[in-house]
Amino acid sequence: MMKGHLVKESMSLKLWRAVSYIVLIFFSLLCLFFFFMLIINSTRSHYQIQQGFDFLPGSNFISNFKKVLSEDQFPIGTGLLNSLIVSGFTSVLAIYFSAMTAYAIHVYNFKGKKFMFNFILLIMTVPTQVSALGFVDLVNKMGMRNTFYPLIIPAIASPVVFFFMKQYMDSSLPLEIIEAARIDGSGEFRTFNQIVMPIMKPALAVQAIFTFVGAWNNYFLPSLIIQTKDKKTVPILIANLRSKDWASLDVGEVYMMITLAILPVMIVYFSLSKFIIAGVALGGVKE
Amino acid sequence: MAFGKAKRKSKMVSYAKWGYIFLIPFVVAFIVFQLYPLFTTFYYSFFEYFKPQVSDTFVGPNFVGLENYKTLFTNSKILVYLKNTVIMWILGFIPQIIISLLFAYWFTNNRLNLKRTGIFKSIIYMPNLIMASAFAMLMFSLFSNSDTGPINSILTMMGFSPIRALDTVGGTWGVVALMNFMMWFGNTTILLMAAMMGLNYSLIEAAEIDGASQLQIFFKITLPLIKPVLIYVLITSLIGGLQMFDVPQILTNGKGSPNNSAMTVIMYLNLNLTSRNYGVAGAISVFMFVICSVFSLIVYYFFSRNSASSSLRKKV
Repeated sequence: MMKGHLVKESMSLKLWRAVSYIVLIFFSLLCLFFFFMLIINSTRSHYQIQQGFDFLPGSNFISNFKKVLSEDQFPIGTGLLNSLIVSGFTSVLAIYFSAMTAYAIHVYNFKGKKFMFNFILLIMTVPTQVSALGFVDLVNKMGMRNTFYPLIIPAIASPVVFFFMKQYMDSSLPLEIIEAARIDGSGEFRTFNQIVMPIMKPALAVQAIFTFVGAWNNYFLPSLIIQTKDKKTVPILIANLRSKDWASLDVGEVYMMITLAILPVMIVYFSLSKFIIAGVALGGVKE
Repeated sequence: MAFGKAKRKSKMVSYAKWGYIFLIPFVVAFIVFQLYPLFTTFYYSFFEYFKPQVSDTFVGPNFVGLENYKTLFTNSKILVYLKNTVIMWILGFIPQIIISLLFAYWFTNNRLNLKRTGIFKSIIYMPNLIMASAFAMLMFSLFSNSDTGPINSILTMMGFSPIRALDTVGGTWGVVALMNFMMWFGNTTILLMAAMMGLNYSLIEAAEIDGASQLQIFFKITLPLIKPVLIYVLITSLIGGLQMFDVPQILTNGKGSPNNSAMTVIMYLNLNLTSRNYGVAGAISVFMFVICSVFSLIVYYFFSRNSASSSLRKKV
């Protein structure tokens, strides 16, 4: 009887397992489906796409690619470069200065430290859009309209990155190391740059990826700051593309442009996805 | 927490000034680029300040008291836009939380013991990192309203009649909700997984020995224990949802069509910012600030309780 019970149990477990695999595969395919359509359509010509969808790729990938790059209206090559510059610098500033801020709170004791920590937690979820009006006004008054500076410099104060760094320090940065460095005569800045930063490498890498992707995808603020074609980042070009009359566009080119906007992040993601997912789990709610 | 290490204080005191020095970049950047703009945004909300379309010079700023707020709530559809925003968020969030709970439970269930979960996790998280504006452009192209558009051509192949999703209110909401769902359910799954893995497994084992079914274990043990994390997910998602912009903006070319049904609050803010209608833009910002602050406070209490460890289960 005992044996029979076990067999029955494992049968229902097998059923559950089968159901969960089917559901998981369904939603995975859903996630991939639209991007599959994107890639297929980017290999087909305008005329072929107009004829209806085909599950097999076409042979126009290269010609679509060339057409997009020579397109004068939406300079995607320049756009990719602009996005790379803005995202790269944003990410470097965000991780370096967030680590510095977290270090100040983690290592030193000073009046107002607890207030500072609580204050940063408090502002963590206040959306940036609500101060956009004042921000644009400030940028105009500083004469920084249509430059990259206002897109990059504010990253120095990134509460979310700070919080992640602080958590990482709580678990992996013993104060004894800093005391030892002091005894050996290392100055405070040197200790931070040469001893603490290397220890922080895993956290820095995770946050570098997230801040880079966040800046790469950012559309709201850049679209209010950047005016001229030569400075536009990729999301602004995509928005410009959308505002054109759909009937006048070469659809093959449209799909190729979307592919170029998405692909860099996709490549980075799939080569580091394990690492990134571990970072997501860490960054959320610890313990 | 670091504050617990107060006993070391005597040794640290001489280094206190370095704490302030290391905080300077953050504080300066925060004051200049976030606090001061927030202040001027509030300030302008009480002023008449706009650029007429035909003119090159601004009108104002002239102090008008609460006039912009009056205009906002009587002459604009701000409450309709808020309703649109919330509806589109809810339509995406309900499937998101259900699927995420299910997946997180499956991924962490020792008896189910699924293989290759890493690949599934990688795939379902992927849409979260996709540029929302490019994703919206893609969906617009795929759902484009011609009968031979990619989605319609697949529907025709399968024997259905073509749909003009983006011409109908329900269709547009559906596409936005689908995108929000796809972009966030992987992220939520991973957060909930982390929470479920942190649970004491012996509780679940004990229930199994007592003959509890998998469903009972899920509803009576797992779910109540991860309630704080669920609340956190709910509120952060709501704050994110209220800021909804990129997806409906690109999908409808900033028009919120059909018939303003997909116009969100931030899209309306953007409209007023780009047309240099700064007084009203300020009033919209303050309105959003107040709503989001309430929810932010709840998240803040969540975090500060969470840091104070075990008491959180009862408190939140």
